Amino acid sequence: MNASSIVLQLLTGLASASALFLVASGLSLIFGVTRIVNFAHGSFYMLGLYGAVALTSAFAAGPLGFWSAVLLAALAVAALGAIVEMLVLRRLYGAPELYQLLATFALVLVIRDAALWAWGPEDLLGPKAPGMRGAIDVLGRPFPSYDVFSIFVGPAVLGALWLLLKRTRWGLLVRAATQDREMVGALGVNQRWLFTSVFALGTFLAALGGALQMPHEPANLNLDLALIGEVFVVVVVGGMGSIGGAFVAAIIVAMVKAFCIAAGTIDVFGAPFPLSKLTLVAEFLVMAVVLVWRPQGLFGKPQGTVRATAAIEPPLRPLDARWRIAGFVALALLALVALLGTSAPYAVVLMIDVLIAVLFAASLHFLIGPSGMHSFGHAAYFGLGAYGAALFFRLGAPMEAALVLAPLIAALGAFVFGWFCVRLSGVYLAMLTLAFAQIVWSVVFQWDAVTGGSNGLVGIWPSAWLTPKPAYYLLVLVCTIAGAGLLVRMLHAPIGLALRGSRDSPLRAAAIGIAVPRLQWIAFVVAGTVAGLAGALFAFGKGTISPETLNVGRSVDGLVMVLLGGVHAVSGPWVGAALFTWLQDTVARQTDYWRALLGVVMLALILVFPLGVAGGIKRLFIREEAT
Amino acid sequence: MLNRFALLAALGVLVGAAAHAQDTIKIGEINSYKAQPAFLDPYKKGWELAVEEVNAAGGVLGKKLQVISRDDNGNPGDAVRVAEELVSREGVALICGTFLSNTGLAVTDFAKQKKVFFLAAEPLTDKITWQNGNRYTFRLRPNTYMQSAMLVPEAAKLKKKRWVVVYPNYEYGQSAAATFKEMLRKLQPDVEFLPDQATPLGRIEAGAVVQATADAKPDAIFNVLFGADLSKFVREGNTRKLFEGRPVVSLLTGEPEYIEPLKDEAPVGWIVTGYPYYGIQTDEHKKFFLAYFRKYNEYPKLGSVVGYSTIWSIAEGLKKAKSTDTEKLIAAFSGLQVTTPFGKVTYRAIDHQSTMGAYLGKTKLEGQKGVMTDYVYIDGAKVLPSDDEIKRLRAAD
Repeated sequence: MNASSIVLQLLTGLASASALFLVASGLSLIFGVTRIVNFAHGSFYMLGLYGAVALTSAFAAGPLGFWSAVLLAALAVAALGAIVEMLVLRRLYGAPELYQLLATFALVLVIRDAALWAWGPEDLLGPKAPGMRGAIDVLGRPFPSYDVFSIFVGPAVLGALWLLLKRTRWGLLVRAATQDREMVGALGVNQRWLFTSVFALGTFLAALGGALQMPHEPANLNLDLALIGEVFVVVVVGGMGSIGGAFVAAIIVAMVKAFCIAAGTIDVFGAPFPLSKLTLVAEFLVMAVVLVWRPQGLFGKPQGTVRATAAIEPPLRPLDARWRIAGFVALALLALVALLGTSAPYAVVLMIDVLIAVLFAASLHFLIGPSGMHSFGHAAYFGLGAYGAALFFRLGAPMEAALVLAPLIAALGAFVFGWFCVRLSGVYLAMLTLAFAQIVWSVVFQWDAVTGGSNGLVGIWPSAWLTPKPAYYLLVLVCTIAGAGLLVRMLHAPIGLALRGSRDSPLRAAAIGIAVPRLQWIAFVVAGTVAGLAGALFAFGKGTISPETLNVGRSVDGLVMVLLGGVHAVSGPWVGAALFTWLQDTVARQTDYWRALLGVVMLALILVFPLGVAGGIKRLFIREEAT
Repeated sequence: MLNRFALLAALGVLVGAAAHAQDTIKIGEINSYKAQPAFLDPYKKGWELAVEEVNAAGGVLGKKLQVISRDDNGNPGDAVRVAEELVSREGVALICGTFLSNTGLAVTDFAKQKKVFFLAAEPLTDKITWQNGNRYTFRLRPNTYMQSAMLVPEAAKLKKKRWVVVYPNYEYGQSAAATFKEMLRKLQPDVEFLPDQATPLGRIEAGAVVQATADAKPDAIFNVLFGADLSKFVREGNTRKLFEGRPVVSLLTGEPEYIEPLKDEAPVGWIVTGYPYYGIQTDEHKKFFLAYFRKYNEYPKLGSVVGYSTIWSIAEGLKKAKSTDTEKLIAAFSGLQVTTPFGKVTYRAIDHQSTMGAYLGKTKLEGQKGVMTDYVYIDGAKVLPSDDEIKRLRAAD
């Protein structure tokens, strides 16, 4: 590399940083005021790009057509964002934050299918920007003139947002609401409209970011989730709610990526290592480093108080004898499913999937619910268990031994990552778990010699006596009851009480001598181990594992199951995992647009059962004793 | 599009499964329709057309074909589950389909474990018929090795010394890059490969990648990108003048799925593999082309050919086997000849790979659209490795 190529890579990095910043600033703004971690932000970005492409083909070619299409698309999506906020999110501000997250994830599903319905499956490449089709000369090399424009868009938006927030009454209210939204409400400000307008502005920025990408990339259906991870990283690295921080973080992330691509191959301990392979996780590596070093991002402040979230749940009490007996009878009845082996063989297959999902969800529930640690990367431990099982098996261990040893690999992973994670809290903790999961994923994805790379490993089948599905089902049932039962037992033991106390009031828990981080670390390892068991059962159930076993999608699925079931009910993971797996299996067969249908069902459940299904049923039938 | 098949399936339930099973042969089909719609939407139209044609001609063995299709969500775990469902609940005679390498391999291994016949339609990984091949699995499309091997002689003719390889960082990209390098080194020992650009699938940083590629000052480029990554790479490369005076050899780029979204910015003069549906004058292709256009009022894509040929292969295989029995199907498919829109292909007994080939040509612009020109059909049989080599790669059944 010589000087001119470094300059050009820097400029290229700045241009993509600008695009990233636009989207990230919207997300940060929304989070600052509404405290919603908006998964659907990437979907609004995608809609902005689709809208702009559709409008430019409707309008006359030329600068007027192009720029009005960009602006109109962003405005239309902003209006849609406002409607979504009014219809869905407004009802959820009082709900636990994870439910808001679930609702925005349901929106992702609905919006993606809506885009498929409206624009079809093919990639749509929009026109280049009129007047900026070519390149200018920078140090004797061509540099796209549109990138020059892009470089200035970021700072321009940053400046405009700064003026808006610091110099207008609306901005004053937004800043006030970021610090203490109840107080703003108490002073007579109409919070509803404030929230709606903030959400609309954030959505506008996302859609504008998307529309301005028109000269760079085709509108396609994978943009939403491809982008959202990167945008989360930018917002978290910068510090949630800090617009300036997002700007700096966008530049850092874009620069690191540009460097990885430009630097080519380096020698690591004598072996050549192409740095461009790191682009798979560059942003997550940055995030992990920043969060370990600064637990609230580069420019994050401790979050302001939010008083109106869901009240602290009443203490978990063991159910009375009647319900416990009913539960044991239900578990015993589950064993009878094995008898369906000949009459309804698929029921057994599906129930194996359901039970593995239950075990995974139960382990995640243990973290999210009683321990109060919101993990976005729980799939890592599921995957470590699955790969552990496969690797032991391929090394020649008998299947039974591999099944026992595999969870230890997951435990080891949770032991290492947990040490870092428990030092953080809230969204930052969630994002660090996600970063670790992504790092594990990328190692598995690229370490061909050991993990089989993107293809994964095949031929991991159980021993002969477990090959018939009913036999394997019984094994899974025993493991699930043992694993989930252990977690429930722990909840009612002193360690569970201490965990719940640490969640509800870390300060007081510390004051009475509980070592909160160490306790949470133990919980993290236990949950990871149980997830690893679920992963090992999964590997032998399928015969095949691939990196999908530990990607973000599985982490999100786990969250959805836990939340559908209800965080505050011990039976939540059972109900949620069963419902989710069954829905996915059934709905997929009914319609081409099953993803949207799943999203709608999820939204309906969230709005009808804000405590989750099991939580809602529990509230209906079981009266809590007065505390 | 309200799925014709869902309707059919619903009807099937109404009529009553027992009565139905008498006069249909059920074929299970698994694919990543939601994850890869651009390729698989035309693919589905292709197999629907073939089912219609087979049944209009009286079906197979006196029975109608019925395809039961499932989405695998693009992940192997779900692929194995729906495969279980198709086999154990729907009672299908055989399974076919899959797009991604990992789902394809998962179902390949499932077929071996459950002793079910599996025709892999689309996944390109060499391993399905070689390293991980098994007696229950056959594959229609030319694999990554074959497609790369078609391009290597053309690449060698360019006599360029310094190459950069740009590929999506997963198995398909990695193995295409590896095959290309290995074979070109044999033909042209003085060739020099500069550091690769391995980009995350679907998330290429096109500006930086193009810049870094240009900075390496290669004499020629081998590209394996496709889909949205390709669009971004081409647009950025055009703007930054990466392709000026630099020949590009590119895998799959001539497939309408990937070149048509580029519209008038499609690259010119690239040496590509693909599917020039607008110019193939063989009778088999004309027949297919017209039937497809009549039914859907749109041009076929490569996916359509694959879907169509998959079902026709199964129909011919069933006819030859005179049975739906797995062992008889395997025997029938070994050496089975099928007429596809690309001409006659043979499912080889040695590795269960079909000899379907691909078209090799150069890209050019025709009006607002990228097309292939000077194309020739390369028969898959000509680019397969020697039998000895295959015996080394593939474990005996």
